[in-house]
Amino acid sequence: MMETARFLLRKLAADRTAALGALLILLLIVVAIAAPVLSTHPQDVAEFNPPGRLQPPSAEHYFGTDRMGSDVYSRILFGARITITIAVIAIGVSVLIGVPVGLVAGYYRNWASDALMRISDIFLAVPQIVLAIAIAQTLGPSIENVILALSATYWPFWARLVYAETRSALNETYVEASIALGASPGRVMLFHVLPNISSSLIVRTTIGMGGTILTAATLGFLGLGPPAPSPEWGRTIAESREFLPEAWWYATAPGLAIFLVVMGFNLFGDGLRDILDPRTRRSSDG
Amino acid sequence: MTPPGTDLLRLEGLQKYFPIRNVWKRRIGWLKALDDVSLTVEKGEILGVVGESGCGKSTLGKTVMGIHPPTGGRIVFEGNDITGLKPHQSRDLRRDLQYTYQDPGASLDPRWKIGKSLDEPLVIHTGLDAAARRERVRDILSAVGLPESHLDLYPHEISGGQQRRVGLARILTLQPTLVVLDEPTSGLDVSVQATVLNLFLDLQKQFDLTYVFISHDLSVVRMICDRVAVMYLGKVVELGATERIFDAPRHPYTRSLLSAIPQIGKQRITESFWLEGEPPDPGNLPSGCRFRTRCPLAEAQCAAGIPPLVEHLPGHADACLFSDRAVPGG
Repeated sequence: MMETARFLLRKLAADRTAALGALLILLLIVVAIAAPVLSTHPQDVAEFNPPGRLQPPSAEHYFGTDRMGSDVYSRILFGARITITIAVIAIGVSVLIGVPVGLVAGYYRNWASDALMRISDIFLAVPQIVLAIAIAQTLGPSIENVILALSATYWPFWARLVYAETRSALNETYVEASIALGASPGRVMLFHVLPNISSSLIVRTTIGMGGTILTAATLGFLGLGPPAPSPEWGRTIAESREFLPEAWWYATAPGLAIFLVVMGFNLFGDGLRDILDPRTRRSSDG
Repeated sequence: MTPPGTDLLRLEGLQKYFPIRNVWKRRIGWLKALDDVSLTVEKGEILGVVGESGCGKSTLGKTVMGIHPPTGGRIVFEGNDITGLKPHQSRDLRRDLQYTYQDPGASLDPRWKIGKSLDEPLVIHTGLDAAARRERVRDILSAVGLPESHLDLYPHEISGGQQRRVGLARILTLQPTLVVLDEPTSGLDVSVQATVLNLFLDLQKQFDLTYVFISHDLSVVRMICDRVAVMYLGKVVELGATERIFDAPRHPYTRSLLSAIPQIGKQRITESFWLEGEPPDPGNLPSGCRFRTRCPLAEAQCAAGIPPLVEHLPGHADACLFSDRAVPGG
């Protein structure tokens, strides 16, 4: 494990764009954890100060103030917590559902595996965002419902990915050799197929994080995310619209936050794709 | 235990047909990779299986192993019918019956260190604890002549010959009685080939093994096999003791195949070699004898029915109606 971690770090250091992506992700995590410490006006997440509304950026308010007179900078920092929570749980749930479904459907070739894949095809036939909007709209605006909507619409993507990867892994001689050796289906799936498709899963998870954050922000923008006065980024952009272009900082700050985070995950995911090939491991670090 | 000299493995009319499908996945025919193959493997012997590429040699090995379910016929191993059982279903039976892959590098999981790959069969088939398994793995590694330090390497970090040894070690940990070796010397240079062959013979003595040796390398087969089965397009066309087959081949296919071995001081290949053209499309076979389209002895009778494998001489069977005749010009 330590060996692998050190190897990844060394590779990352050599790949500048991936390192930048990793840095942005790290920044997001640090900001989310240390939001109460880093923010200048932590009480502004819940309290308003109408007399000081829509002030431009200054030493007091780095990103100015919003329509309620709250500090935009502080609210962005707390918004990072919401973003991370939604993205991590939604991805986690969809991976936990999609990966086993894909593995089982890919390993067996019978009506049950066909049925599983047709169900996921039904979900994939509708664009994820449309389905997520429909679900979130029906359930009502809250963090839990956004997570639910995203998980329910994202797992078929993982099922499809793992299904395809499993089918191609089953053609590998080493999988056939294990089966010939007498390995049970569960053993083959968990110890041979899954580890060998894990690198593409990790890469897709990383890039998927970016996409999920974007979708979550879209739901927030449409008013389907956590209700006011939540500092959710998408909602903040929606609120700022009527004050454009005068109060440019109001929309720019959350927009920039979303942009940097999504870019961070995408750059890091692309970098990982190059790094996570076992065949290039030791031969290239010698 | 099966006493020596008796049948360890018996194939009775074994068939393996692969469906040929068109672009709409409709079956438009069968590819008869194995058609009515009957043979026995005796305990302690090395049975060679030879033939051109695509004649069904590997399919034979994989069908016996249960990797491919047979279309018809029976596989009897140590007196038990194991036909159509998937490997994990017949786990205890299969323990004694193992298969080594043509490409041993590809048969090892690229993400698993050698030690872990060698450990896997023991985890699957034995209830040994980790320490006992480590002991067994070390023993087997030294038996195939690899240093213990290799346990911590990945498959791509060792050479082809070493991968071959690891592949062999992996199945020998289970102490099988019958090992199917699929093209065990292909892709190795001649000096490594010799070492690997000696290793097979040493291990055979040490572990009391029986081999089915699938190869297209006739000189290697002649060197180490006791009996040889010659296959042509999914059928065994000649079966007998190695010396008999090599010194006095009877089936015209075998005769042409053997004349392809370059020999010092003998006629040049081109003069006696009349095996012309490609074998027919296995999905669209000629009627009767499959070899008749390339056979110099072929007559009208050959198209009428498939000649059976008959013991024309004791212990030496062939599937040709005219195997007593001399080959014109040959």
